Amino acid sequence: MSQLDTEKTPTEAASKTDTGLEVDRGGRASLLLYPVILLAILGALFAWLYTRDLSDTEMVTLTPGELWSMTLEHLYLTAIATVVVLVIAIPLGILLTRPPMRRFTTPVTALVNFGQAAPAVGLIVVFAFWMGFGPTAAIVALVVYAVLPVLRNTMAGLDAVDQSLVEAGRGMGMSAAAVLWRVELPLAVPLILAGVRTALVLVVGTATLGTFINAGGLGLLITSGVNLSLPRVLITGSVLVAVLALAVDWLGRVVEHIARPRGL
Amino acid sequence: MSESTTAPTEPGRITGVPILLDGVTKRYGSKSAPAVDHLTLEIPAGSTVMFVGPSGCGKTTTMKMINRLIEPTEGSIVIDGEDVTTMNGDDLRRRMGYVIQAGGLFPHMTVAANIGLVPKMLGWDKQRIAERVDELLELVSLDPDSYRDRYPKQLSGGQQQRVGVARALAADPPVLLMDEPFGAVDPITRQRLQDEMISIQNELRKTIVIVTHDIDEAVKLGDWVVVFDEGARIQQYDSPERILAEPANDFVSDFVGSGAGLKALGLTRVNEMPILDAVVVTPEDSPTTAVQKAEAAGHGHVVVLDRARRPIAWPSVAQLRRATALPTRYEPDLPIVGMGATLEDALDTMLVSRAGAALVVGPRGRFEGVVDIDTVMQSLRDNRGAADTGRSPVGTNDAEARIEVAPDTGEITLITPDQVGTGRGRYDDGAAEPSRSDADEGSDSTALPQTSGERP
Repeated sequence: MSQLDTEKTPTEAASKTDTGLEVDRGGRASLLLYPVILLAILGALFAWLYTRDLSDTEMVTLTPGELWSMTLEHLYLTAIATVVVLVIAIPLGILLTRPPMRRFTTPVTALVNFGQAAPAVGLIVVFAFWMGFGPTAAIVALVVYAVLPVLRNTMAGLDAVDQSLVEAGRGMGMSAAAVLWRVELPLAVPLILAGVRTALVLVVGTATLGTFINAGGLGLLITSGVNLSLPRVLITGSVLVAVLALAVDWLGRVVEHIARPRGL
Repeated sequence: MSESTTAPTEPGRITGVPILLDGVTKRYGSKSAPAVDHLTLEIPAGSTVMFVGPSGCGKTTTMKMINRLIEPTEGSIVIDGEDVTTMNGDDLRRRMGYVIQAGGLFPHMTVAANIGLVPKMLGWDKQRIAERVDELLELVSLDPDSYRDRYPKQLSGGQQQRVGVARALAADPPVLLMDEPFGAVDPITRQRLQDEMISIQNELRKTIVIVTHDIDEAVKLGDWVVVFDEGARIQQYDSPERILAEPANDFVSDFVGSGAGLKALGLTRVNEMPILDAVVVTPEDSPTTAVQKAEAAGHGHVVVLDRARRPIAWPSVAQLRRATALPTRYEPDLPIVGMGATLEDALDTMLVSRAGAALVVGPRGRFEGVVDIDTVMQSLRDNRGAADTGRSPVGTNDAEARIEVAPDTGEITLITPDQVGTGRGRYDDGAAEPSRSDADEGSDSTALPQTSGERP
C-alpha cells in the first residue's frame, strides 16, 4: 500500500461492514422466525377445530381435501393476477420513466389510481357482468386493482437512481439499454420488489371476493360461514386467508433479501 | 528553467491524440442564445487543457460535445484527424475516458467490476481484464488485494475518485474528459489527487480536458487554460503563466482574482527544480550502518525506503544513534511532495516539517530525492520574469474563421477574413485573440505546444 494513500479509512470501512452484517443477521433471523409463527397459528387453528364437535355441514366444508383445493384455487387466482400485474406494470413503469415518454406519466398514473380507488367488490362485479362469471373476470379485476403499487414503485425506484450514474454509464459508452439493464434496474430492484410484495398481499386479500362471481377460493368459507351462521367455518376461512397473506408477504421478503444487489 | 535541472522521471511517450472542435455551436431551442457559439478550438495531443469560466458559460456543454453526450447543433468534431460527428456515439465514448464529480461509481458493482466495465464491453477476456484492473489500481495508488473486491460505499471520497479515474483509463483511451473531477473532495485530498493526476499524466501523456470553475486548479493542472464567458466565448486561451501574468482583458483578470503573484508559485513544479540527493537505507540495515553512511556523505538525516523504494521514515542522525533498529512502519506525517507538486505545495509542506525540507516522490510513490527551502527560493529568483514564447493552440469564436491543417505536421492554422496576409490580427469585438498564427511568431512558429517546462 502506498503511503500516498493516507486518507484511507480501514477501520471506518471495517466497522461499516460489521454493522452492515449485523443488520443483515437481524433481518435473516426475523425472516426465519416468521414462518414458524405462521405454522404455529395454523397448528392452533386445526387443534381447536378438531377438538370441537363439528356439525355434519361443518364436517363436509372443513375436510382437509376441501380446504386444500380451495387454497389452491385461491393461490391460482393470486398467482395469475400477480404475473399479469408484473408483465403490465414493470414494463409500463420503465417506459414512463424514459425521457420521451415522460409526458404520459400523469394521464397513465391517473388512470391507474382510478383502478385502485374504485371499490374492489364493485370492480369484480362490473367485470363479471362484462366478461361472464368465473375466474377470468376475477383475475382481470384483481389486476386492475393491483397495478398501481407495482407501477408506482417501479417508477419511484427508477427515478431514485442518481442521474449522475446514468450519465457516467452513457459517458463510458454504454447504450441507453445497457444503462437501463445494468445500472438503473439493478439499483431499482429493492423498491420494485417492495411494490410487488404490496401488490401480492393486496391480491391475496382481495381474491376472497372472487367467491361472489363463482371464481372459487377461500372466500367461499367466509361467505358460507356468514350465510349459514357457521362461525367455525367463518373463522377458519378468515384465519386461512390471513395466514396465506402473511405467508406471501414472507415469501416476498425472502425474495427481496436475496435479490437486493450487494453493495447497497 | 535551465536544462541542467534534474529530471529523474522522463516524461512518457505521448499517447494522446489531437482534438479539434471546428465551428461548433449548440443551441437549445431556436430562439434562445446559443450555449456554445461557433467555437473553434484546438486541443493538442498529449496536453492537459483546462476549461474554466463562471457557471453556465458553456464549458461543460463544450466538453460533453467532445464525446457527444450532447450533440452539437452545428460544426464538427475531429479527433486524431477523423471526423467523429456522425459516428456511433456509444462506440466513440468507449474510446474516451470520462470522469465525473465524485467518481460516478456504480454502487452495486465492486471496484474491479466498475473498472472492468469498458474492457468488458470491448470484449476483453477475463484474465486480461483482471490484470488490467490490478495494474490500474496500482497506478492510482490503491492496493489491488485490499481494494478490488470492495464496494464503492466502503471507500472514502478520495478513493472513489481514484477508482473513477482508473475506470476511465481502463481501456487505455487516448483522450480523457473530466467534469469537475476533484470538486467533491476535501481540500487536502483534492491537492493530493491533483498531484497524483499530474504524475499519472507525466507517465501517460494522454490528451486530457478538465472542466473546472477553480482558477487555481486550472493553472496548477493545465498545460493550457481556456477562460470562457457565456456562450463558450473564449476570453483567453493561453499558458497558465500568461493567463496569470498577462490577462487578456478585464473579464480574465477579474476571474483570476487577486494574488496572481502568489498563484504563480503554483506554476513551477518540483520536477523543474534541482533535487538534492539523500542517504537512503532499507529497514534491514542496522542503525550503525545508517549513521556511518550519513556521516560519510555529510548529511544529517537518512531516508528509510521499503522494497518498492517508497519512503518509510526520515530519522535524523541523532535519532539513529539512540535507535536499536530502523523503523519498519510507515511514519504517518512524513513531509512528502510529488514530482508534480507545485512550489506552493512544496513550500507549505516544508514549513510544517521540522527539517525545513521535503521528500520528493515520483510515480507510484518511489523516492526521488529531497528539496529544501533554499532551492525553492533560488529557483524562484531564477524564474522571475521568465516568459513562455511557445505557440498557443488555436481557439476562436469567429464564425467566419476557417482553419487549415498542414498535411505533413498536422499543425493547425487559423485563417480569418480580416487577418489573411496581415501580421498581427486582433479581433474587432474586443475578445482576446489567444491564438498566434505562424505569421505572428515568425521563426518560432514550428515549436509545438509544450508544457511550461521549457524556457529560454
